Amino acid sequence: MRETISFVVNGEHYSKNIDVRLSLLELLREEGLTSVKHGCGVGECGACTVLIDNTPIDSCMYLAVWVDGKTIRTVEGEIKDGKISQVQQSYIDAGAVQCGYCTPGFIMTSTAFVEKHKGQNVDRDEIRKEHAGNLCRCTGYETIICAVESCLKD
Amino acid sequence: MSVGIAVERKDALAKVSGRAKFTEDFSVKGLKHAVYVRSTIAHGRVIKIDTQKAREIEGVRAIFTYEDVPKNLFATAGHPYAIDRAAADVADRLMLTQDIRLEGDEIAIVVADTELIAHRAAAQVEVEYEPYAALVTPEAILAPDARKIHPGGNVVGAHSYEVGGEIKTAEKEAEIVLEGEYSTAMVQHCHLENHIAYAYMEDGDNIIIVSSTQIPHISRRIVSEAINFPLGNIKVVKPFIGGGFGAKQDVIIEPIVAFLTMKMNGTPVQLNLSREETIATTRTRHPFYGKAKGGMTREGELKFLDLDVVSVTGAYASHGHSIAIAGGSKTCTMYPRAVIRYNAKTIYANMPCAGAMRAYGTPQVVFITECLMEDMARKAGIDPLDFRIKNVGLPGDTNPYNKQKILTHGLQECLIKGRELFDWDGKKAAYVDKKTGVIRSGIGVACFSYASGTYPGNVEIASCRLILNPDGSVHVHVGATEIGQGSDTAFAQMAAETTGINYADVKVISTQDTDYTPFDTGAYASRQTYVNGQAVYKAAVELREKILSYAEKVTGQAKEALTIAGDRVVYHAQPETMLITLRDLATDSYYHKNRGGQITSEVSFKTQTNAPSFGCTFVAVDVDIELCKVTIKQIINVHDSGKIINPMTAKGQVHGGMFMSIGAALFEELLVDETSGRIYNNNLLDYKFPTITDMPDLDCAFVETDEPTSSYGVKSLGEPPTISPAPAIRNAILDATGVAPDRLPMSPKNLFEQFKQAGLI
Repeated sequence: MRETISFVVNGEHYSKNIDVRLSLLELLREEGLTSVKHGCGVGECGACTVLIDNTPIDSCMYLAVWVDGKTIRTVEGEIKDGKISQVQQSYIDAGAVQCGYCTPGFIMTSTAFVEKHKGQNVDRDEIRKEHAGNLCRCTGYETIICAVESCLKD
Repeated sequence: MSVGIAVERKDALAKVSGRAKFTEDFSVKGLKHAVYVRSTIAHGRVIKIDTQKAREIEGVRAIFTYEDVPKNLFATAGHPYAIDRAAADVADRLMLTQDIRLEGDEIAIVVADTELIAHRAAAQVEVEYEPYAALVTPEAILAPDARKIHPGGNVVGAHSYEVGGEIKTAEKEAEIVLEGEYSTAMVQHCHLENHIAYAYMEDGDNIIIVSSTQIPHISRRIVSEAINFPLGNIKVVKPFIGGGFGAKQDVIIEPIVAFLTMKMNGTPVQLNLSREETIATTRTRHPFYGKAKGGMTREGELKFLDLDVVSVTGAYASHGHSIAIAGGSKTCTMYPRAVIRYNAKTIYANMPCAGAMRAYGTPQVVFITECLMEDMARKAGIDPLDFRIKNVGLPGDTNPYNKQKILTHGLQECLIKGRELFDWDGKKAAYVDKKTGVIRSGIGVACFSYASGTYPGNVEIASCRLILNPDGSVHVHVGATEIGQGSDTAFAQMAAETTGINYADVKVISTQDTDYTPFDTGAYASRQTYVNGQAVYKAAVELREKILSYAEKVTGQAKEALTIAGDRVVYHAQPETMLITLRDLATDSYYHKNRGGQITSEVSFKTQTNAPSFGCTFVAVDVDIELCKVTIKQIINVHDSGKIINPMTAKGQVHGGMFMSIGAALFEELLVDETSGRIYNNNLLDYKFPTITDMPDLDCAFVETDEPTSSYGVKSLGEPPTISPAPAIRNAILDATGVAPDRLPMSPKNLFEQFKQAGLI
């Protein structure tokens, strides 16, 4: 079965006739947004995290048809006028990037977190709690927390 | 200056922007998808296989079974070829097998238009087995009447040695002797990118494999051996890879994709393992069962260590007994003045296959050693830190195992520095009255040593090619692979440092392609900055010399008076006076009609040294007796990895290693049913590697010795951080509770048994 849906990805409008079984992960990757990574396919690792109406969601277990009328953000769209976002820059500066496979998903979770808590006094436990859906096997998370902290401060 | 500073990673922008392309991110027209048919039992033999129903499914393009693959056994371990064939890895594998040795063994493979169709068809392949009893515990595997898992028997390898004197004599001199049994669990790498590869053919008889591998050149050789195809006609391409930690230092899926495309007229075929397949059917860390005995004087002089270990390699040898050999040798560098006996055996089992994993057997043997050291110190009533400080090696000591003089040995310095940073003595005093009640506090320390490569066990070869581009920038070609650890960045820093060219103008070609990438054996053994760093240095010296010689030709100034400063050639004595920009010099070299040529340098280099690296962990824990739960209050690793090339990426390696060891200490265990061989937790929900909420703040420090055998004073760093946290945590739990955990992980489930036995609950 197929269905036609309309949605916005990184500011671009899309109208697509899709197989209703398609996951959002598959749809985005087919559109060339390969920052959205497949790590487990069942919502365990968070490598496929994107923002749907500014909420971090595991796109691997989110049906593509559900994004009809919604707005999606991925790391590709966080670059504005050739300049990476504050969160992207903070990941680089804090040394929070290693193999890079979890990085796009983590950055999207952090982006939502920073937008929500900008200017607030947030402790490390709260950062941890709201990043608990993303797994990283390289960094031990220490520098990721540092990156988020630095965004909240600036 | 480019070395020793925290410059930005070369690949950071690509990775935060989503531009970094991993194996799954390339689009290949007409790509077909392969899915294995896997055994549902752990031990047995296929007596009938029927693929008819599966073949009838629309979209299925081919099915191959164990009957269709070449019958030459091959070894998968990512080691260099051993000219001495007696030292070759154990060849015990076929691409598809009739003999089942683990749950999920590969019997057949389906190729279809989509992964979904291939999965459906794989489920329709009918298989009948003759089942055998699964052999999982060492007792069952080594029983005299146990079925042979492989024709050669159940022992993969064994060795023993006694160095630094005689145990018999040392035992007589020891006033305190202690025995213990300690074991470690089977854990899995859990790199975020699963194993994935695809292959296709082009221009006649050439197979191209794109793979998430740590070892492209080795992969090419092993594919050649497995499918009987000329090595020179195979090309392996390694793009960005989403972590490996040793699981991709094994040639696991490259042979089968090469075989499939060869059989299917060059059709591109991809195999993208699921998380469940990656966890249970690729590679794991060998569980070790250790019996240990040690002796010391009352004053705290360590007299001997006597270790007897069994390492379980699972269904196939993979790296086999090499793990136990490498793991054991490190104890001799830690405590080189003691008599050390090491007796090790590696056995098969009907469970997931173990291979290389970060620090290669050393976390297991060091866990056993550092538990024993702790228990001895406590028995003698000596501060465990003082005991270690007194007995660890010192610069100038000779390693009794390989008879090499240890030139830089910063372990004692690490322990002393850690004592201060952690406030060991202050905490010890403060925690004295925190040993009762529900929440108890303790501190622990453990140390380790590691190596900076595999020499003399294996050849250590590395190569580097530098090219001066027409715009004055430099390209670096290395076979050493970036797998997240930051090696490309380190090599760029090294090349910039030695040539004098700006770091920003040095680009490391991150994708290896065996058709043009110079030979290197790849990312393992924490060898790359140490071994390949020397090739980069030599190539950079040569390039600098060639640039200055050409500058002399162009400007007429004697090259001895010249040097390179960033993007230009200047006078040594007057660095502010520019003679010629590198851009103009390079353009001249390429395009002047009567002189010059492309300025390049290329070095292939073998090192015959192997510097030991050192470090330790200090940790403070709270133990909730009722919940059997350990909370890390503070943890710090202190490392002697020689000179640090990039403090930011170095710190990242230490954090990551600490995290893996904390996982192994408190949470992680791949559970296998002892009767059926069934794997219980082959997914990230049930295999609990720590989330961000499980992790404490991580801290680290360095003691920078200057290793004379390497070009920039460096020693290994990638793997070492994952060795000492687990035993340090164990020792802290002992300090807090008086109960000495003897096996990993120290999860609530396992601690409950021990606390109950000790009468705490």
